[in-house]
Amino acid sequence: MTTLPATTDKKLGLVIDLDICVGCHACATSCKEWNTGGYSAPLSDQEPYGADPHGSWLNRIHSYEVEGQGRSQTVHFPRSCLHCETPACVTVCPTGASYKRAEDGIVLVNPDMCIGCKLCSWACAYGAREYDYEVGVMRKCTLCVDRIYNPHLKEEDRIPACVRACPTGARHYGDLGDPSSKVSKLVKERGGYDLLPEMGFKPVNKYLPPRARRDGVTANDAKAASPASTSSGSRMDKFLGWADKVLSR
Amino acid sequence: MHPAYSVIFFTTASGAGLGLLVWLGLGNAFGLLPKDSWFGLFGVGIAVALLTAGLLSSTAHLGRPERAWRAFSQWRSSWLSREGVAAVLTYIPTAVLGIGWGLLGETGGIVAIAGVAAAILAVVTIYTTSMIYASLPTIRAWHQPTVPLVYIVLGLASGAVLLTLLLALFDGVPTWAAAVAIVAILAAFAIKSAYWSAVANERKSYTVGAATGLGRIGKVRPLDPPHTMANFVMREMGFEVARKHAEKLRGLAKLALFVLPVLFVIAALLFPVLAPLAALLAVISMAFGLVTERWLFFAEAEHVSMLFYGKDAA
Repeated sequence: MTTLPATTDKKLGLVIDLDICVGCHACATSCKEWNTGGYSAPLSDQEPYGADPHGSWLNRIHSYEVEGQGRSQTVHFPRSCLHCETPACVTVCPTGASYKRAEDGIVLVNPDMCIGCKLCSWACAYGAREYDYEVGVMRKCTLCVDRIYNPHLKEEDRIPACVRACPTGARHYGDLGDPSSKVSKLVKERGGYDLLPEMGFKPVNKYLPPRARRDGVTANDAKAASPASTSSGSRMDKFLGWADKVLSR
Repeated sequence: MHPAYSVIFFTTASGAGLGLLVWLGLGNAFGLLPKDSWFGLFGVGIAVALLTAGLLSSTAHLGRPERAWRAFSQWRSSWLSREGVAAVLTYIPTAVLGIGWGLLGETGGIVAIAGVAAAILAVVTIYTTSMIYASLPTIRAWHQPTVPLVYIVLGLASGAVLLTLLLALFDGVPTWAAAVAIVAILAAFAIKSAYWSAVANERKSYTVGAATGLGRIGKVRPLDPPHTMANFVMREMGFEVARKHAEKLRGLAKLALFVLPVLFVIAALLFPVLAPLAALLAVISMAFGLVTERWLFFAEAEHVSMLFYGKDAA
C-alpha cells in the first residue's frame, strides 16, 4: 500500500559524518556486493567492460570542494536513500510496489510488483533510486533489511553493509526516533542536518557537518591577529612558541 | 528530464481523443451535431482509438508492461493510478454514447446523458494526467499551478480541431464549431504563454550548497564525480536541450500549435469547398505542434537531484 503509515515504531536510518569520510568508496562497493546477492539481486550492470559502463548502485560518493571561511576544503559526500518520513517516492507509486514499513520506517520496493514506470525516481529529490535496466524494476537502498534482522549473521554483522565496511567510522546506523539512541545523541551533539528540508520529505538519515578546521593556516592567522609577541626572537623562544602552538591545538 | 516518446505520444493522443469526446458528448446533448449514426460511429470511434492507442503506448516505457494492471490499485495516493482508473471509467459512458449514437442511431435520452458523463470524465482524466507532473515539487517547471490548465485546454483545442475535420467531412463546418475551435486554440495560447513566462521568471530556489547542506560553510563546487559514466539518474533526470535549440523549437511549436490551426479553421469556415482539406491541415499542424510542445515540456524541465552532479541551480 502506498499510503504512508501515520507513525513508525522506529526510525531506522544512517548518520553520515562528513568530517571524517575520506571518500574511499568502500561503502558503495560493499553495498553493491551485498545487494547484488541479497534482497535486490541481481543489481545489474550494463556494458561493464564496454565503452559506456553503468549500472544500478544504491550508494554514490561525491567529492566537493568547499571554499569559505578563508580556505578550501575537500568534502566527501556519500548519497543514498534517506528513508524519509513522508517519502513522495512511495505515494506516487501506482502499484503499491513502493512502501514504507510501519515497524521500522524502512522504505522498500517490492521487485515482484514494480512495473518500472520510474515515477518514484522523478519524485525523489535526492536521486537515490536507480532503475535496473536488465530486470526492468526500480532499485533503492534497503538499509540492508536482509542483514539487520538476519539471525544467521553474527551480532556485529547485523548492520548495513556500508556501515560495516567504512574504515573510518564515518557511517553510523541506529534508531533516529529514539532520542536516547547513540545516533540521536550524535546528531544532537554535532548539529546533524537534513538534506533539502524545504522539500518537506523529512529525511530520517542525517549528515554531520565537517568540524571547523584548526590547521596551521588558521593557527597562524590567529597568531598574526594576536597582540604583540613577547618573544625575544631566540631559538629557544621560537621552539617554545612552536611547542605552544602545537600543544594548543 | 528525458523525453520518453511513448509518454509524449500517450499524453498528446489521449488528450486529443478525450478532448474530442468532450465536444461530441456536449455537442450531442445540446443537439448541435449531426444525428447521422455514421457521424456518431466515426466521431466516438476516433476518440476511443486515440485514447486507446495512447494508453497502450504509455505501457511501452514500462520496465515490466505485463504487470501494468497493478497500476489501477493505488488510487488513494497516486495520480498515475488515478489516471488509469479515470481513463477506464471514461470508457463506460463512452461505450453507451458510441453504441447508442453510432450503432442504434439513438442520440437522446440515456445516450445524451452518457455523452455528458463521458465529457466530464474525459476532463477528469486529462486533469489526472496533468497532476502526475504538477504534483512533483522536485521538478520546478512541472510544479506550476498552470500545468493542469495547459493539459486540459490543449486537449480541448486539439479535440475541437478534430471535430472541425469530422464536421467538414460530413455536413460542413458550422460557425459555432469553428468558433469553438478558434476560442479553444486562443485560450491554449494564452495559458501556455503564461506558463512559459512563469517558468522563465521564477527564481531558481535550490543550489548545490543547499542540496548538500555544505553551503553553510562556503561555495560548493564538484571536485570528483561519483562514477565515470552517466548513471540512470543522470540519463533520466539530466537530459538537457541547448537553450537556442529550445527557443527555435518553442517558436515552431507556437506556429504549428496556435497560428496555423487558427488560419486553417478560418479557411475551412470561409471556403466550404476546401473545408475538408483545410481542416485536415489544421489537424496535422496541431499534431506536430503538440508533439513539439510536449517534447519541450520534458526536455526543458530540470530535476533538483542534478544539483548533486554540479548543476548550478534548480
